[in-house]
Amino acid sequence: MIALSDYLILGAILFAISVAGIFINRKNVIVLLMCVELMLLAVNINFVAFSHFLQDTAGQVFVFFILTVAAAEAAIGLAILVVLFRSKRSINVEDMDALKG
Amino acid sequence: MTLEKLIFYVLAAVVLAAAVMVVTRRNPVHSALFLILAFFASSGIWLLAEAEFLAIVLVLVYVGAVMVLFLFVLMMLDIDIAVLRAGFIKMLPLGIVMAIAMAAELILIVGPDNFGLEKYAAPARHAADYSNTEELGSVLYTVYMYPFEIAAVILLVAIIAAIGLTMRRREDTKFIDPSKQVVIKKGDDRIRMVSMDAEKG
Repeated sequence: MIALSDYLILGAILFAISVAGIFINRKNVIVLLMCVELMLLAVNINFVAFSHFLQDTAGQVFVFFILTVAAAEAAIGLAILVVLFRSKRSINVEDMDALKG
Repeated sequence: MTLEKLIFYVLAAVVLAAAVMVVTRRNPVHSALFLILAFFASSGIWLLAEAEFLAIVLVLVYVGAVMVLFLFVLMMLDIDIAVLRAGFIKMLPLGIVMAIAMAAELILIVGPDNFGLEKYAAPARHAADYSNTEELGSVLYTVYMYPFEIAAVILLVAIIAAIGLTMRRREDTKFIDPSKQVVIKKGDDRIRMVSMDAEKG
């Protein structure tokens, strides 16, 4: 049988990989957004696993809402990215220093 | 090792391999495609955990909508990858050390000692006529009614924000106002006579 710890370890490693991805792809906004999606996936795996092992649907309802918020976040994030690319012709994080004091 | 466990480990290996590819590929389009693979494999893992409805939603909403949006934006923008890759090698060792340290700490907490089968026994499988969608729906529209409505408003805000951010009026395009077009009457509106001197060839 699959133990709860198997699911949790999978989520932990997935989360660690996406944190490393944010470290090594510091300049590419679109890959950073993808890393955030991976993090949300890791958290969702934990929610689903706990929901299964505790026999409580609250965890699955939570995943449902996280998916909703993640979809909204991706839509707005990509819209901001498109507007940014239109004005700066680049998606490099280092070019976004217009607010620097 | 049971078949169930074998399927779990294969799917988990696919998820982790795809995640590594997402963060290391040079071309962002490849990253997006590997992210789709990760979502597919994790929807299989959710099926193993008896979250059938969410597994389908993950494929439909995430792969079908969000990742297509990602790919659309990626291919629409003309991105210079070489500039964005600068510093990749420099940050790589730090990233790997960070990932290993973080994963080790998390595994120490959530490992088999604290969350193994002895502490949390695997629940009995539901009968074949059990409907996960029905069970989720029966609480979603009763206990979680207000959060559900807030989620709907969040999606509406996202739609308005995305359209409002990206819509623009372009001044230089040739545009004929349809309302002016249809109110034209027969006669002077339709044709204008110009008298001019003949051109000398």
